[in-house]
Amino acid sequence: MSLELIAQEGRRLPANVPARRVAVDAQQWTAVARQLQEAGAGLFTLWGADDRDRDGMFHVFAAFLVPGELVVLELAVAGDRPVYPSLERGFPVAARLQRAIHDLLGIRADEGDARPWLRHGGWPEDRFPLRKDFDAATACPGVSRPYPFVRVEGEGVHEIPVGPIHAGTIEPGHFRFSVVGEKVLRLEERLGYAHKGVAKRFEALPLLEGHRLAARVCGDSTVAFSWAYCAALEALAGATVSPRTASLRALALERERIANHVGDLGALGNDAGFAFGLTQFSALKERMLRLNREVFGQRYLMDYIVPGGVRSDVGPRTVRLLLDEGVGIERDVVALRAIYDEHAGLQDRFKGAGQLTPSIAKTQGAFGLVGRASGIEQDLRVTMPWAPYGELRPTAALRMEGDVAARVQVRFDEVMESLRLSRLLLEQLPQGSTSAPVAAVDSDRIGLGVVEGWRGPVMVALEAGAPSAIRRCHVHDPSWQNWPTVDHAIIGNIVPDFPLINKSFNLAYSGHDG
Amino acid sequence: MLNIIKRIRRTGILSDAPPESDQPEARVRGIHEHLHRVFGRALRIRHVDAGSCNGCELEIQALTNPYYNLEGAGIAFVASPRHADILLVTGPVSVNMEEALKRAYDVMPEPRWVIAVGDCGACGGIFGTSYATRGRVGDVIPVSATVPGCPPEPMALLQCLLHITSHPGQP
Repeated sequence: MSLELIAQEGRRLPANVPARRVAVDAQQWTAVARQLQEAGAGLFTLWGADDRDRDGMFHVFAAFLVPGELVVLELAVAGDRPVYPSLERGFPVAARLQRAIHDLLGIRADEGDARPWLRHGGWPEDRFPLRKDFDAATACPGVSRPYPFVRVEGEGVHEIPVGPIHAGTIEPGHFRFSVVGEKVLRLEERLGYAHKGVAKRFEALPLLEGHRLAARVCGDSTVAFSWAYCAALEALAGATVSPRTASLRALALERERIANHVGDLGALGNDAGFAFGLTQFSALKERMLRLNREVFGQRYLMDYIVPGGVRSDVGPRTVRLLLDEGVGIERDVVALRAIYDEHAGLQDRFKGAGQLTPSIAKTQGAFGLVGRASGIEQDLRVTMPWAPYGELRPTAALRMEGDVAARVQVRFDEVMESLRLSRLLLEQLPQGSTSAPVAAVDSDRIGLGVVEGWRGPVMVALEAGAPSAIRRCHVHDPSWQNWPTVDHAIIGNIVPDFPLINKSFNLAYSGHDG
Repeated sequence: MLNIIKRIRRTGILSDAPPESDQPEARVRGIHEHLHRVFGRALRIRHVDAGSCNGCELEIQALTNPYYNLEGAGIAFVASPRHADILLVTGPVSVNMEEALKRAYDVMPEPRWVIAVGDCGACGGIFGTSYATRGRVGDVIPVSATVPGCPPEPMALLQCLLHITSHPGQP
């Protein structure tokens, strides 16, 4: 059994990028995954579905990022003995995904960490919310249970628990540091605090309204997720959006990238004791958000992307306004970058802090911005472009150092590139309509939407049910890949540097917890 | 260093606009002055994300940018609920955050206010109540005021602070 199986039996999967789907048995599942790993593929995401009402089986899906395409392996798992072969050995990201699948569906990987991940005691361990016979409205009294963190033993080792409520306006999560003096020996994360049952909630929504929930999976990446959802839906419906729609969506995505990067650059300055950076960059971001409000009707572009199109078009005066704004942002960012680069105190904090070496990044399968700061040349806008990125020819940022300084530089590089792309999009905005009909969708088909958001690649896997209902919808944020890399980057650093290092990753909690 | 100073000088004070104008900056200033009269420089806020999507957090963070300049008005975010007058709660309260939220509320000194921020905090939003969420904040801890919006804009948050502190008798 080999990769030939994919070539021979792979069926095209409706998606906005080249994608194939292959049904495998348990032995092929492991064998093909191993070969994909040897061929340099990364595991994008893993999800399960309860199809016992259809064929008495559960299904597990593994989506791999192979150069130039996505390959989805599909494994049927017996309804009465729901166990499947673990992918954790070759793909570390699988560990937490498999724990989450068990918490929600009660199908278990045959080896690896079996501690709960998303279930903290809010529902009984023998009840599985994503099963079709689980009523979404079921409310169970919360029972708080101790979580078995891995203990570090040794003279002078002590633990520092942090969270779930953090000392700032940040999302909830728990960090358990094992330290000697100020030096971190080990960090263990516990996430899932923001779990809102997104996947179950999708199943109560019509297909044509799911984009609104997708937009709220992760508020800072609302454009990326709503585009991914709409792309999956449009692929399922065989709908083609106009070139003008594609351009406006890309403009929104690049604006989201710029706004988040600019905000992070300010916060990173602040976390290194340089309040001037926060003041300048946050003012820059605010001006951008105000223009978003004026032009697109919403500061964060929430619900701007809708099935078949975008909520509002732009006129020539607005295009001029946005072009002028771009010139201003570029001027400011160039000036501030020079100040950051030349500031010895700031660079002293940035350089060498929280290093994620290229080799660990590769083994862990780091994604997106974090990967690109550690030598992983992967940006879906470049490697797997969907409309309109094929014509735009973006350039991916790349740094090898993997420290806070590298993640700062990647952000600066990406802001400059996004400004260039925004200018191109505005100057060459095609004429045409900004809405296309999204017709009826055949039930029992799966469609994928994949978008390179500001953190990295996000995916929506959408299965239509009848009639016009969502049967299953899985959303994936690249933070699943990157949270475990923070555990590596912090080792040997001092506790007071953690806020700075964590900010340089700036990973999603809600986007991850789902 | 010279570049930094030049830039600070060129940027000026962004939140300072003529009081008679109808610009948002003028309104910001009015709200600041009011809060200052009531609280001196002592109003302290603790934010708790009880399961939000991170949208509301972005707008709460925006309150501290130079345009809204919350800290300039003497209102600061604090790291512990024990130091706070106001608990700003976002999100449809997730089952996994319920206990932490209750504990944060319990340790706050009296008098205290709770503001439920965003559509989710105010009414459960698109997530509603489910196996994973308890819905609106008011169903978990007593709420003094709500700021609807998805997410609510910083000005709406400021106005809520103004309102709640003008009617200190309420819950």
